[in-house]
Amino acid sequence: MGASLARAAQWTSASDSGKGKLELSPMNEKLLNDIIQFVEGFSSKYPEEGRFVFKDPLIWETSIIPSSFSTGYNASDSAVTSNDKDASGNPLLELSGGVLRVKSFAQLTNILRMAKEKRLNEARMCLEANRDPLVKILGPGFATVDSEDSTLIRMVEKSKSDDSAEGAVRLRLLLIVNEFDMKLLNSCFREISKKVRLSPDAVNAEVELLQSFAGEAPNTLLKDIHFTTQLVFSNKCRALPWRQVHGDICYVVIKPHDGDSFCVTASTSGCYVNGGFEEETQTVNFEKKGEVYKDLVSLLSDKSRQFADNIAKKEFSMQEDNLKETEKETAVINDLSSEQEKEDIQTEKQQKALKDAGKKGKAGKDQKKSMQPSLKWRNLEDSRKTEKAQKETKKKVQVTSVPAYRRPSYFGKKTPADDDDDMSESSDESDEEEEIQDRRQDAGSDLPSEYWQIQKLVKYLKGGNQTATIIALCSMRDFNLTQETCQLAIRDVGGLEVLINLLDTDENKCKIGSLKILKEISRNVQIRRAIADLGGLQTMVRILQSPNKDLKCLAAETIANVAKFRRARRTVRQHGGIRKLVALLDVPVNSADIGKDIEVARSGALALWSCSKSTKNKHSIKKAGAIPMLAKLLKSSHEEVQMLIPVVGTLQECASEKSYRLAIRTEGMIENLVANLRSDDSELQMHCAAAIFKCAEDSVTRDLVRQYEGLDPLVALLPQSDNKELLAAATGAIWKCAISSENVARFQELKCIEQLVALLNDQPEEVLVNVVGALGECAQEPANRIVIRKSGGIPSLVHLLTGTNQALLVNVTKAVGACATEPENMSIIDKLDGVRLLWSLLKNQNPEVQASAAWAVCPCIENARDAGEMVRSFVGGLELIVSLLKSSDLEVLASVCAAIANIAKDEENLAVITDHGVVPMLAKLASTTNDKLRRHLAEAIARCCTWGNNRVSFGREGAVAPLVGYLKSEDKQVHRSTAQALYQLSRDPDNCITMHENGVVKMLLNMVGSSDSALQEAAAGCIGNIRRLALANEKAKYA
Amino acid sequence: MHDLGNMNKKNHKIAEELFKTSSQKHFNKNEVEALIHTYFSLFEGVKMDRNQFRDILHGTFNMTEDLLMDRVFRAFDKDSDSYICLSEWVEGLSIFIRGTLDERIEYAFTVYDLNGDGYISREEMFQMLKNSLVKQPTEEDPDEGIKDLVELTLKKMDIDHDSRLSKADFETAVKTEPLLLEVFGPCLPDEKCATLFEEQVFHSKKF
Repeated sequence: MGASLARAAQWTSASDSGKGKLELSPMNEKLLNDIIQFVEGFSSKYPEEGRFVFKDPLIWETSIIPSSFSTGYNASDSAVTSNDKDASGNPLLELSGGVLRVKSFAQLTNILRMAKEKRLNEARMCLEANRDPLVKILGPGFATVDSEDSTLIRMVEKSKSDDSAEGAVRLRLLLIVNEFDMKLLNSCFREISKKVRLSPDAVNAEVELLQSFAGEAPNTLLKDIHFTTQLVFSNKCRALPWRQVHGDICYVVIKPHDGDSFCVTASTSGCYVNGGFEEETQTVNFEKKGEVYKDLVSLLSDKSRQFADNIAKKEFSMQEDNLKETEKETAVINDLSSEQEKEDIQTEKQQKALKDAGKKGKAGKDQKKSMQPSLKWRNLEDSRKTEKAQKETKKKVQVTSVPAYRRPSYFGKKTPADDDDDMSESSDESDEEEEIQDRRQDAGSDLPSEYWQIQKLVKYLKGGNQTATIIALCSMRDFNLTQETCQLAIRDVGGLEVLINLLDTDENKCKIGSLKILKEISRNVQIRRAIADLGGLQTMVRILQSPNKDLKCLAAETIANVAKFRRARRTVRQHGGIRKLVALLDVPVNSADIGKDIEVARSGALALWSCSKSTKNKHSIKKAGAIPMLAKLLKSSHEEVQMLIPVVGTLQECASEKSYRLAIRTEGMIENLVANLRSDDSELQMHCAAAIFKCAEDSVTRDLVRQYEGLDPLVALLPQSDNKELLAAATGAIWKCAISSENVARFQELKCIEQLVALLNDQPEEVLVNVVGALGECAQEPANRIVIRKSGGIPSLVHLLTGTNQALLVNVTKAVGACATEPENMSIIDKLDGVRLLWSLLKNQNPEVQASAAWAVCPCIENARDAGEMVRSFVGGLELIVSLLKSSDLEVLASVCAAIANIAKDEENLAVITDHGVVPMLAKLASTTNDKLRRHLAEAIARCCTWGNNRVSFGREGAVAPLVGYLKSEDKQVHRSTAQALYQLSRDPDNCITMHENGVVKMLLNMVGSSDSALQEAAAGCIGNIRRLALANEKAKYA
Repeated sequence: MHDLGNMNKKNHKIAEELFKTSSQKHFNKNEVEALIHTYFSLFEGVKMDRNQFRDILHGTFNMTEDLLMDRVFRAFDKDSDSYICLSEWVEGLSIFIRGTLDERIEYAFTVYDLNGDGYISREEMFQMLKNSLVKQPTEEDPDEGIKDLVELTLKKMDIDHDSRLSKADFETAVKTEPLLLEVFGPCLPDEKCATLFEEQVFHSKKF
């Protein structure tokens, strides 16, 4: 019983008291029932053993009340003792205070009989309290030991020496219990094996296997089988997360030879046919349409006759070439080791595959392969391809991601490379290379010779003294370390570990040699990760403090390479690397070896540049006092481009933080950034422009750029149309600088606008966003709008409205909106149907685009001829814009209000939007505190009042009282539009009363004295209306 | 005290003379005097012999290999009289501790050229590298690794492909890869030992 209790029973994790609880699982219930049955029949089956007195009593807290004991017991209110006594006169059963002590099987049988329906509970309590009952029954010598159970042997030996009758009984008892234990274990095992659940690995393996047997030929198993999607979640499931909750793993579209294709849901509980897969919309009908099968093969055998027949024939052809097949076998072996039941089927398959392969004379090789799954590299003589079979488990090769046996044609993909992209897309995209999959070696390269040579060198590294190590290190550098095969070979033969270990030695020469290699190979993404995994960063951070400058340089440069992914950057920070790197930036004033010191500073900046891609690191870098040092380097007289690039690179990376932008300005770095725009090195130019791009968010900086004559070199960079990065940075800087009107004036002089317009065609989106942004800013000047038109920019801009890039759309709508303020421009836009395009952008998901489009619509309506007619011609357009009033984005609301104010100028349109319920929706917004929204909302309300009884409706919807509150706002423009709205609303007497109640008169009186004539007029008009109402009232009273 | 003073005076005189005649250019007069002082304080007797010198190499500069220590001794002992005299001591150390790359290349080549024929042959390399790998009993040919190392070195350094290293080969190879300076075993002090030695000799004792 011990073994089954210890192994089969499902214990909950041990509670505080150390006593585990038996879980309430069906398995446990079955176990308990078996035990109860066994105990209940015990005394009748084995009367002698039943009377055997336990060594120690089984003690547990019972729920049986003393009164249920009857004959043969001595029962009082709270305690019970049995009449049966053991040899020393103690009762065999004792119950006191709810605690039961039992010393024989006969008594146990009695108790279970008495407990009746509670016996399951009793048995549970007993077993929970006595996890190894045999110890209590026979003594501690019989404890169940996990590793081996030799109690029987010991017992037999013991009983040999002790010939008494008791010994014989004890042995028999032990045998009985052991036999029962075996029975229990067996039944548990059967139970467990019944409910093997499917796992993503198993499904993937099965689908892959079937894929290899799928094809048009009649002797294949299926016509086609593929997943509905290429996207794989990190848990290897392909189903959407909300379906994973239901246990779904993935969906497989299967086309058998006989019959139509159907879609199968593979879930943890099995496979079943679902409602089907819609190719066009990529949606699966999840509804269960058929029975649940334990796996795909059994489902298919049932669904497709030909499948079953072909499987029975055992002679189906494989569609992929043999190599892939063997590769797959290894994969299958890897994946299925846990799934016993599965494996049976698979091995059957494999045997068939082997048989097939055997016909082609390759059986021997295949067998060899499956016998040596751990062989890392294999050289298949005739297959001109080398493949890596298996890597250490920690490297987690995703067997399923091997492009070789994907069938890309089904997904419209052409190359395996596409497939790989797809894989990385399904992972976390927020970091550039955080989750890049470990790719298998591309087959077809001549890597073995290098591989073996590198392996030999690593052997010398491991087993050699310093001298041998240095020879090996120098020889290793003779390999082309920029080649991926060599990089991965070093990793795969365990070279990385040795190289990193060398960094921990005292030998500077070994460290230098090792770092020189690490620096090269860490350009590889996988090597970077491996170095970080092996703790290389920590060691390198320590080396940064070494007095040896060569070492410092190399360590910093290697860190710069490794810290290209988030985790590595974090490691550097957490081990104090940032501070040490910043310390490298310090070039002593009177350095003996200035060249070397600049080299050190350069490598330090390089590493900081990599590290600065994390926000937290940016703060640490600043805290470590890097900004003045970077400034010093930037201003230093040693104008080495190689040193300046990482310095400016770090600055521009960090300039995404406001504090850096401020520091860059106050440290006077703008001047140097501008100066370096004229450098000969395009990379340096690019980083300087990018830094200005980010810093020019600030108006003082924009002025500084102009004062240092930075605008001219920026514009001079525009013809560099083949260097897209540089172009993007330069146009970005121009964009941000153009926010200041003085800068725009200079740009005008430099004929910048014409050049920008020329860039509107055939540029990548990064450039376009900036170009259009710059045009949008420039077009705030009326003269420039004409320039844009004259240089033919408007058609290009309108054309860009059809794009999808959100950032671009925001800028394009703004630029088009700015251009539309010019009537002549407007007529072009109108001709090109630009307003319709703008209008359709209101449907965009992104609120920024919505708002920007709505703002752009305003000048269009203002300046278009026949605007009312045009707006009406957009089917559903008015309904759409009114519905945007439900948005939660303030900017969208403000822009839509502005647009509605313009739309409402046309009476017919006003009638339509009134029908669409614009009044209550505007009224609902009245409680806002945002001044921009207030201004445009009041404007919209003022305009909407002119239709029907909208005035009354606004009053009824409670818009009037909040509007009065707007007059307390600081914003003059809010006052004007509010006064106009109030003036309109005051034509309804009820509204006048509400206004008066809210103390409007006094505030309006102040505004009558305003210098703004529109405000003056509206305020006066409103007061007039209120006054007239009062007069009429009085008249009525006294009349 | 008197004796010591006398000694110091004597040392000073020798130092001045040595400084004039010696070809070394890395030590100043005071440092030469300190070195002379160290020379006399390190052993009993008039001239430093092979064993005394090896003790210094071992104790102060952490050298362990007999063969190379012997070769270093020979490199110091320019007149090959099996003793290191004062001028040899000063001149030797000047390269040993402060030598330029060229001087050190010259010196290292002398050390490694066991038979002094101007070439480092395969056999000489083998001789110097034979202890550099941990012997693995499982291997068939225990020397195979060493032979391989020799081949690797030749491949890397034998620029004129005559299967031996001339001084020109050695110089070119070291200049492209400075790590190869001590390619056949340590024959120069590492930075730490050198600084420590300098500190002990030049700074701790005031004259």
